[in-house]
Amino acid sequence: MSNKLINLSGINKSFDGTMVLDDLNLYIRENEFLTLLGPSGCGKTTTLRIIGGFETPDSGQVFFNGEDITNVPPNKRQLNTVFQKYALFTHMNIAENIAFGLKIKNKSKSYIDDKIKYALKLVNLDGYEKRMPHQLSGGQQQRIAIARAIVNEPKVLLLDEPLGALDLKLRQDMQYELIRLKNELGITFIYVTHDQEEALTMSDTIVVMNQGYIQQIGTPEMIYNEPENAFVADFIGESNIIDATMIKDELVSFLGCKWACVDKGFGNNKPVDVVIRPEDIVLKESGQGTLDGEVTHVIFKGVHYEMEVMAGGYEWLVHSTSMFPVGTKVSISVDPFNIQIMNKPESEDEEATRIEE
Amino acid sequence: MKKFFSRFYITIIFIFLYAPIATLIVLSFNKSKTRAKWGGFTTKWYVELFENEVILEALQNTLLLALLSALIATVIGTAACIAINHMHRAWRTFFMGVTNIPMLNADIVTGISLMLLYLSFGMSFGFTTILLAHITFNIPYVILSVMPKMKQLNKHTYEAAMDLGAGPVYAFFRVVFPDLLPGIFTGFLMAFTMSLDDFIITHFTKGPGVDTLSTKIYTELKKGIKPEMYALSTIIFVAVLVLLIIINKAPAKKETGREL
Amino acid sequence: MKNKRNLLAGPYLVWSVAFIIIPLIMVFYYGFIDRDGAFTLENIMAIASPEHSKALWISIRLSLISTVICFLLAYPLAMILANMSVNQNQFIVLVFILPMWMNFLLRTLAWQTLLEKNGVINSVLKFLSLPTINIINTEAAIILGMVYNFLPFMVLPIYNSLARMDHDVINAARDLGANNVQTFLRIIFPLSIPGVVSGVTMVFVPALTTFVISAILGGSKILLIGNVIEQEFTQASNWNLGSGLSIVLMIFIIISMVISSILDKDGEGNML
Repeated sequence: MSNKLINLSGINKSFDGTMVLDDLNLYIRENEFLTLLGPSGCGKTTTLRIIGGFETPDSGQVFFNGEDITNVPPNKRQLNTVFQKYALFTHMNIAENIAFGLKIKNKSKSYIDDKIKYALKLVNLDGYEKRMPHQLSGGQQQRIAIARAIVNEPKVLLLDEPLGALDLKLRQDMQYELIRLKNELGITFIYVTHDQEEALTMSDTIVVMNQGYIQQIGTPEMIYNEPENAFVADFIGESNIIDATMIKDELVSFLGCKWACVDKGFGNNKPVDVVIRPEDIVLKESGQGTLDGEVTHVIFKGVHYEMEVMAGGYEWLVHSTSMFPVGTKVSISVDPFNIQIMNKPESEDEEATRIEE
Repeated sequence: MKKFFSRFYITIIFIFLYAPIATLIVLSFNKSKTRAKWGGFTTKWYVELFENEVILEALQNTLLLALLSALIATVIGTAACIAINHMHRAWRTFFMGVTNIPMLNADIVTGISLMLLYLSFGMSFGFTTILLAHITFNIPYVILSVMPKMKQLNKHTYEAAMDLGAGPVYAFFRVVFPDLLPGIFTGFLMAFTMSLDDFIITHFTKGPGVDTLSTKIYTELKKGIKPEMYALSTIIFVAVLVLLIIINKAPAKKETGREL
Repeated sequence: MKNKRNLLAGPYLVWSVAFIIIPLIMVFYYGFIDRDGAFTLENIMAIASPEHSKALWISIRLSLISTVICFLLAYPLAMILANMSVNQNQFIVLVFILPMWMNFLLRTLAWQTLLEKNGVINSVLKFLSLPTINIINTEAAIILGMVYNFLPFMVLPIYNSLARMDHDVINAARDLGANNVQTFLRIIFPLSIPGVVSGVTMVFVPALTTFVISAILGGSKILLIGNVIEQEFTQASNWNLGSGLSIVLMIFIIISMVISSILDKDGEGNML
């Protein structure tokens, strides 16, 4: 496991008696684009700040390249941060902002000038050296914040909801920029966001967090297609989550019907949750699918129609490119591969289950 | 270590700030009439204070001046803020510039300039001249407290009230005024305090026979301060202290949650 | 509707013209005429006379020294306050404003009692077998009085500018490799300059123009420019000379205002 660049081991942290991180274990590989994803208050920013050195964990250790850096101050760490509201130095111009870290390290003037030029080119803001931060738009300030961090050639760049303050179009553009930057620089990115689309678009690995616990770690495809619990399924994309009973391997029962699936090892006659993505539901003519029902709502969404189907006492959310008018009798059918089985949480506390790797 | 140093430093400054106050409180219980020596404990100055009509009249003048000048300044200042906020840039700059003059100018210059005004127009010096002067230096404190609140106002709440059928005056008092209230209150309190504490401007604008506590103390400086004065300031100080403690003990507002 | 709203500024407009602008014009008017009403520069030039220029020089020197001392005392204090938790610092800030509720003449007078030859401080020093201090009726006592009275005016604006600072800006400097000293010198201090500038003017102007502190703590030996002007108005009744000297004083005030507005372009350092 030599490529574990950063390793968080048994991290606990609470603020004013409120537990924010509970025994968090996580490693980050070299050259990975890893996203910490979760609702506000889930502990993702705190995790990032612990890696950055701005918070000290109550217990647990942070390793960087195998070296314990838990108590190393931020200025001695080989990583740089892009802050949520950019945190540019308002009393310095753009060149001075970018040069800040290099001047601290006593680099030569020609080296610094080259680096400023290079960094501004990299973020597409050539010629902005003499401007002041307040003369720049939010998106431009964001790029400067990134430039200021990367001239120091960190091994890891930490980004704390860097696109949160930008409007939708700019946010999408910046997502591509960030992927390009990451590839050009060849360094590790640790990214914090509450926006699942951002996470799915950019990441190599997504860490879904809730209430201080890691819910699931995986590639975007794994997180989306095989959510490990109801929280992840609900937080990532839209889904139908239904109470079910696992009759035996590869057979599950819900809403009064038996459904073939591909999951094994949940035991016999065990209560489980079933997740079915709306786009995985196939609507057939009445009587031809597994469960009959009736269309109750239809909305045109552009790429597809969003329909609600009342079937078996459950309001199904269905995405389909073909439209069935309200009142149409339909039958629901799902490919066994698209029925995702999840363990039920055993208690309230387990709502925020820790998933062992 | 750092924490120890911080506490040590704050304590030193605290002693520096409160040593004179402690001295005055001790003096108010001093049997001897001079400040120089301790003549034993007594509370008689507190009794005599309430029989000393000169001091009581000065106290009455001081409080009346503070109250009236703060009230009038609050009304004039708040009205001005409402208008200034919507004015053209040039007018706004003019008003804010004028507002800054008494704030930034030396009290002695403000004092003598008003004195010259009264002299030139042949006004007789007395309570009224002091009151006019106090209102003058109080208005800026009101404006500088209300103006920031004015700028924070959400313009759309006023428009929403009008949209829902309220007239401009009704909309103002029901929707805008409550948002301004904290600023108005701060302005009033600051004006009251400044008036209460003023000596220099009062010194130049008062006439013979009218005294506030400050001017009374100043004239007594040479003759020797009457110990009743220490008793009175002790009472005022303790009253304010108690008031502040009560306000501070009142349930504090909950901190807004932050992203963790 | 719009015009009606503008009428609300009417009373203030009238008031400020009558009680702020006209009085200032009166000062200039009296400053440039002699007792017979003829134009003269004598009242202004009077500042060059030995006694007046000496008074002005002492005023400038003492107010500069006390401004520097206030700054040196206030900055660390403001930093400590700004680093405290929210609940605690509200209380502490009140603690620094509270003394203002005791009459400032009396508070200054109390320093007499404390500083006297056989006063409280010397008694304590004697008890500890330390050398006694004898500064009453000296310039040192006046400086102490100035620092004592105006220290809060330095603490509050600096505290405000520090407390308002975005914590992530400081974190960013640390993140980019700056140690504590570098972070302070390159980020925290430069960003607090508006507060410092505001504090400096708020201490310097009243210290430069005071006549009360010198009257109480300086005995009658040390005359500041404020004492001279006060005497011209209340004792000598030479308003023209008093106005002329006030104009000179205002020039110094304006100079310090201009410097402060250059250094604090956005007016961020206001006390309120």
